[in-house]
Amino acid sequence: MNTAPPGLNEVLQRTFSFPKKHFLSATDLNEVEVANLLDLADGFVSLNRQTSKKLDLLKGRTLMNLFFENSTRTQSSFELAGKRLGADVVNMSPRSSSISKGETLIDTAVTLNAMQPDLLVVRHASSGAASLLSQKVSCSVVNAGDGQHEHPTQALLDALSMRRAFGRIAGLKVAICGDVMHSRVARSNIALLQMLGAEVRLVGPPTLIPPQADRWNVAIFHDMREGIAGCDVVMMLRLQLERMDGVMAPSQREYFRFFGLDREKLACAAPHVRVMHPGPMNRGVEIDSDVADDLSVSLIQDQVEMGVAARMAVLTSLAARLENDR
Amino acid sequence: MSGVTAFVNVRLVDPASGYDGPGSLIVAEGVIADVVQGGAPKALAKDVEIIDGKGAMLLPGLVDIRVKTGEPGSETKETLKSAALAAAAGGVTSMVVQPDTHPAVDEPSVVDFILRRARDIELVKVYPAGAATKGAQGQRMAEIGLMAEAGCLYITDADRPIVDSKVLRRVLSYAKAFGVLVAHRPADPWLTAGAAASEGEFASRMGLPGSPAIAEKIMLERDLALVELTGARLLVDQLTTADAIQSFRRARAKGLPVTATTSINHLSFNEIDIGDYRTFCKVEPPLRSEDDRQAVIEAVATGLIEIVVSAHAPAPAEDKRLPYDEAAPGAVGLQTLLPALLTFHHEGRIPLIDLIRTVTSAPADLLGLPQGRLAKGAPADLVLCDINAPILIDADKLLSKSKNSPFDGRRLQGKVLRTVVDGRTVFGG
Repeated sequence: MNTAPPGLNEVLQRTFSFPKKHFLSATDLNEVEVANLLDLADGFVSLNRQTSKKLDLLKGRTLMNLFFENSTRTQSSFELAGKRLGADVVNMSPRSSSISKGETLIDTAVTLNAMQPDLLVVRHASSGAASLLSQKVSCSVVNAGDGQHEHPTQALLDALSMRRAFGRIAGLKVAICGDVMHSRVARSNIALLQMLGAEVRLVGPPTLIPPQADRWNVAIFHDMREGIAGCDVVMMLRLQLERMDGVMAPSQREYFRFFGLDREKLACAAPHVRVMHPGPMNRGVEIDSDVADDLSVSLIQDQVEMGVAARMAVLTSLAARLENDR
Repeated sequence: MSGVTAFVNVRLVDPASGYDGPGSLIVAEGVIADVVQGGAPKALAKDVEIIDGKGAMLLPGLVDIRVKTGEPGSETKETLKSAALAAAAGGVTSMVVQPDTHPAVDEPSVVDFILRRARDIELVKVYPAGAATKGAQGQRMAEIGLMAEAGCLYITDADRPIVDSKVLRRVLSYAKAFGVLVAHRPADPWLTAGAAASEGEFASRMGLPGSPAIAEKIMLERDLALVELTGARLLVDQLTTADAIQSFRRARAKGLPVTATTSINHLSFNEIDIGDYRTFCKVEPPLRSEDDRQAVIEAVATGLIEIVVSAHAPAPAEDKRLPYDEAAPGAVGLQTLLPALLTFHHEGRIPLIDLIRTVTSAPADLLGLPQGRLAKGAPADLVLCDINAPILIDADKLLSKSKNSPFDGRRLQGKVLRTVVDGRTVFGG
């Protein structure tokens, strides 16, 4: 019914046969799949910048956002991605309804499955929750963050932002800094970036670096200046404020003094360094506003834009596979 | 005056180099300009101040790494100044003050306060230890990195063990990343709760609530396991029992980065010294059995316990003149540390140079301090001491504001003749 937006055919040529039913973990992917997803997402970026953004690639499909944890940013990113692709989108927040009445995760899944969604996007506070759900439903499941385990679409959008900024990912030196211990973003990024040939470093106080992370083929630094020295990308992670008051770190001011990203520390990185943050930021705690808001170094706004495109690429690829099944 | 001083006709005792013999020593501009072993220095300029030691012993100023004062917060017990006066009289030229004050030394501004006060007093060198946890309460990590930058030498919750193993684990790993040493008192809090003495026949007969000696070993074993897990350095704050010494020996044999102190009180006294409820002998940890004391002496003699501290803990009369179990623990010790330690030399138990090492180069090396040695270029922190002169300890004449000395009335040998800090005479002369 709509006339095809300019550039659509180009994007359609980039669709490929994605062999997996679910999108649960960055470690499930291989290099070719990631490259294809990034190419496809790149195409969606241009389409998203046009006045008419509406496509019909997912026409007739139902996308269900199932967020057991609140996340305005990720949820609206998936919602927009689904809507722009023409799917019907339903947002569920079981946290405020059935779970509090004692329904288990599986019960909720079975109930929702009976409504015949095609794509189920899940965010849950427990590691492994998305994987558990995927075993109990007949639709495709996308992991939008499970506990401290993975957040694979975030890693994909981060890779897209980096590839657009540098033209490549192989050979980039990436420092992931801050609360790696509790970060699903870090775990997905480590897996994806290493697969794509980047050199990954982890920087943070030892209380926030996962035990034996040195076995992940990453260099670990407890000194920020040493850790980001010569790095192309400095990826800051959010540190929850309640973890800072003497629990995992002594105080906000001590954390910022030693592990917060400011101009002075950033000067140790490569001259062309780009700064990333999955959001939401604690300004003045893990990152200085001066750095975060400087568009010549910060990719933080780009990351949000890339989020919608990357998720459109994932949804399109999964939906194509569903079609083959039926 | 050229500002140059020569100590001649002295017996140099320098554990860092291992030299114990006649010689002389030249001080210029606050540092040791030359050490002449064997005899007199070459011709000295006319305006050099000459101090003839007449055969007395010249040793590095003592470095006492566990001292409590009452400042800030309990200045009626002891101020930094009164402690510094006692230290100077006792030959202690560097002291590390504990953080369990009011407020606690748990953030950089309090570290800075103590350093500033010490500078103003201009007697001996004072270094703060920072609290490992906020308020030294064992719950939340203190600002370890910022305090280290401000100049604290190590971190510790002093008398309070960190009971929560998760907290101590985090403190150890966090401090390790900043290169900060952690000190910890091994004492099981439940076994020691309410105790006034060491459990045993004596405490039972005296009707005093006791804690078993293994309370020390139980907590120490946990601490050593956490050291193994985190790879962090640990200073064991006062080993006082034979069982714990055994655990510590095994840890050292394994190569764990651990160092131990003991206190002069636990080297000098046993539980029987409590006698007729002498509260000056109530210290923390409590005085142990004679077997434990002998084990501690042996561990110092063999070098397993590398550092001896005064464990200076002033408590005024109103806190001590109470029934034994209600009295405050603690003993002053800055002024008696050296002569009390020399007892083991006079008794022939421990060679002099090894004894002196435990209060000079060993603590200085552990904390990365340049003093504690008679070496060219080192700060001129010195003690001139007649090691054979008999003295009678009279607690009332001690310079501490609090007079709670268990050595009161004891006859010791070893008189401090002069104490020098950065070339300045701060006592005697």
